[in-house]
Amino acid sequence: MKRETVIGLEVHVELATKAKIFCSCSTEFGGAPNTHCCPVCTGMPGTLPVLNKKVLEYAVRAGLALNCSINENNRFDRKNYFYPDLPKAYQISQLYLPFAQNGFVDIKTKSGVRRRICIHEIHMEEDAGKLVHFAKDNSTCTDYNRCGIPLLEIVTEPDFRTAEEVTAFLCKIKSVFEYLGISDCKMEEGSMRADVNLSVRPEGAVEFGTRTEMKNISSFRAIERAIAYETKRQTEVIENGGTIIQETRRWDDAKGQSISMRSKENAQDYRYFPEPDIPPVCISKEEIQHYKDICPEFADERAERFIREMNLSEEDADIISASKNLADIFEETVKICGAPSEVRFWFMSGLLYYMNESNTDACDIKLNPEKFAEFVNIVQSGKITRISGKQVFEKLLSGDDFDIMTFIKENHLEQVEDTGLIEEAVRSVISANPKAVSQYKNGETKILGFFVGQVMKKLKGKANPALVNKAVADWLDRTNNNIK
Amino acid sequence: MRRLNVSEMTALETGAAIRSGKITVVSAAEQVLDAAEKGNEKINAYITICREKALKRAAEVQKKIESGEFSSPLAGVPFSVKDNICTKGIRTTCASKMLENFEPVYDATVIKKLEAAGGVIIGKLNMDEFAMGSTSETSYFGPVRNPRNLSRVPGGSSGGAAAAVAGKMAVAALGSDTGGSVRQPASYCGVTGFKPTYGTVSRFGLIAYASSFDQIGPVARDAADCAAIMDIISGKDSMDSTSLDTECPGYLALLTGEVKGMKIGIPKECYRTPGLNPGTAEKTKYAADVLEKAGAVVEDVSLPFLDYAVPAYYIMASAEASSNLSRYDGVKYGYRSENFSSLSDLYSSSRSEGFGKEVKKRILLGTFVLSSGYYDQYYLKAQRVRAKIKKNFEEIFSKYDLILCPSVPDTAPETGKSLDNPLKMYLSDIFTVSANLAGLPAISFPCGNDSSGMPVGVQIIGKAMDDVKVLNAAHAYQKLTDFHKNFAEVKV
Repeated sequence: MKRETVIGLEVHVELATKAKIFCSCSTEFGGAPNTHCCPVCTGMPGTLPVLNKKVLEYAVRAGLALNCSINENNRFDRKNYFYPDLPKAYQISQLYLPFAQNGFVDIKTKSGVRRRICIHEIHMEEDAGKLVHFAKDNSTCTDYNRCGIPLLEIVTEPDFRTAEEVTAFLCKIKSVFEYLGISDCKMEEGSMRADVNLSVRPEGAVEFGTRTEMKNISSFRAIERAIAYETKRQTEVIENGGTIIQETRRWDDAKGQSISMRSKENAQDYRYFPEPDIPPVCISKEEIQHYKDICPEFADERAERFIREMNLSEEDADIISASKNLADIFEETVKICGAPSEVRFWFMSGLLYYMNESNTDACDIKLNPEKFAEFVNIVQSGKITRISGKQVFEKLLSGDDFDIMTFIKENHLEQVEDTGLIEEAVRSVISANPKAVSQYKNGETKILGFFVGQVMKKLKGKANPALVNKAVADWLDRTNNNIK
Repeated sequence: MRRLNVSEMTALETGAAIRSGKITVVSAAEQVLDAAEKGNEKINAYITICREKALKRAAEVQKKIESGEFSSPLAGVPFSVKDNICTKGIRTTCASKMLENFEPVYDATVIKKLEAAGGVIIGKLNMDEFAMGSTSETSYFGPVRNPRNLSRVPGGSSGGAAAAVAGKMAVAALGSDTGGSVRQPASYCGVTGFKPTYGTVSRFGLIAYASSFDQIGPVARDAADCAAIMDIISGKDSMDSTSLDTECPGYLALLTGEVKGMKIGIPKECYRTPGLNPGTAEKTKYAADVLEKAGAVVEDVSLPFLDYAVPAYYIMASAEASSNLSRYDGVKYGYRSENFSSLSDLYSSSRSEGFGKEVKKRILLGTFVLSSGYYDQYYLKAQRVRAKIKKNFEEIFSKYDLILCPSVPDTAPETGKSLDNPLKMYLSDIFTVSANLAGLPAISFPCGNDSSGMPVGVQIIGKAMDDVKVLNAAHAYQKLTDFHKNFAEVKV
């Protein structure tokens, strides 16, 4: 029997406000333990929460960007449970009346599948602290720096069917939030966390199977692995006649397994009730309209514009526009140097490679558009080849301040256009490769590329490729003719 | 300098004497400190008396008064503070083992304001543990006694405040009122206690019992003192989201002592209350007569939901308390048990050992009414009753200025009799809780004694934000009567 996997997500996003949600402590990452706290976020007796208005602003803008309807009157509720990382023994969240409901996100997966993922609700809540374990003496300490960091929780409908759709959705959220400037959504740093609710059912069935919730998944790859594992696990249980227990499972990426934690919702009664210390939150129609008005152009629109105005391919446009930072660099550079396809070349071959190798997030790339444009002009003018250009580009990415032409001269990267030198190199390569010459004469004209490559190598990549090409072709023809 | 004893003076009189140089701030503080220390053995009104700190501060305040720095009429006056209000550097215990050695690193907003006005804090007052109680017998530091009669309770939960003011062991005090905790002990001890409109006085630094009910209020010798204290402690606070965005009207300045033309309603349901002390009924009628003679119009009104007020209150207040007290888990501050072998052990041992019986009872009750399956029947329903009570009051106040009724059905019970009869004890809150449910300003002031010689308190309730009207009516009454001038002699 064919089964399908049904997935819903609960995504937590840390908002990048300067201050925490209910007090004025700094949200800065890092910091020695318990140095970014105050009596309010550590739940000292007599303290009270006060909502940071910036959090509300970011929340509403996020809700609008994800096509939700905003509840002009919404409320906070207390979620009560005991745990050492929760100083008040309750988390201030929103259950009964979240600020946003009934939204959607349109996604396009890597393999081109287009889907609409519906959002059930989005609510504001405060983060808990961290428990730090010390293996040395088997002790655990609490660090409350993270207590009170503002979170948005995005709860989707169970609309996903594949891991690819899940990653496409998370990338979209990351892109939208980067465009809004409200979060950097870095899974590895914990500013975006996804809990995966998964169940399986026979294809075509209407009822949902029993679902499990997986927590502790901290990268896109881990999500793919976790979904694959849990689908397999649940399928095996069912096919062996067992039943799925509704529970929370911890994903262990090192072991590649999900491990049972506790029964979801059955054991814990959170005794939600309206938070009496915070009056109902009111957002006026005018404020909502204002946030709608200042909504930026998001990745999709920008990609379409790049395709229209700069002749980029759909694939390239999607990649470049996904990150606001990269798209800004791209657009600004093209504006200055007016050479979209050269800029695109360096983006796709140089920048993406660098990002992968150095594990740098797109929003952290520092590339000065003016310098980049200058560089592009220099390459286009023929002063250096693209091969030599790679070295210059790497230096540009490092963010160092330097003069490009000076760098080129100091490193002898100027393009070689001396036909004499080129001829000399061609002659030496051809005479060193008589077999290849015969192959060429026997009709394997593609061998030309081999010779060009060897000549470029001999000239340390600095020769004008067009000139080399011509010189090699000419020489081979002459040799041909000679023999003939 | 003529020998004044501020323990027998009102706060305003004390402030005036200090300002005119008839007594120094240090002398005033010393007098109250001496009286507090002397009387505390019998009355146990104080958990902490801060002699050294108070005298140091008094000397500083004296200098500042001489250089003209303070404008409040209460500058230099010694104040006593209920021990659930956080005072930086002075232990704040909530009369509980759980916070026996807790020293806050911040001042409550009202303390900041008090000190900015030149107040001198001389000690922290005993109370029912975590403000849960009506007799001040649940304190970890021993019960408080009523200075009028040592075999009677002073009321609760601000029993220490009322006993100290009545027993000449304090000039004026700050208490807290969640279901009557300022008004009921004021009534039992024969002093004046005021609960402001909810949101008028900041709750930041008030260790929470029931967040949507708690208000800090003055316990003092008369309504004028209460008004002067309100001028200091009230006002919008950015640290308390529930504090109201209104200008302080200048409570003391607006007292006229006139009630001509005021329409006062007496809920007819009060006189039918089971267990109503005949002395209480008589004194309430007497108070109504006095005000009528002074030009007020007194009529009967109806509070049909009065019977539901107590259950609604206990359900909601316990629910909020169960959540507010969850933070006392032995992890971060406060009492931590020495007997535990797991995390959940740590929690249950610390809380079982650190909390007293009444607190545990209310936490259990509160947890129950919030639990899944019971939330709708109890908590939600109580919320609806609360809304109905609010509406009932609004209807009455659309036609009347004030409501007059007894503060409590009976006078102070004997010690040791109440805790075993919790339902009776809870029901004695019947006249006070509705003001907390509806967030209304209410005052209790003395109007004579019952046949056993125990004080009777009468209550006036006003519309939300009509705090001045309420204080003024009591003030008018006190201009025409002498009951509030009666102090208790504590025989030591």
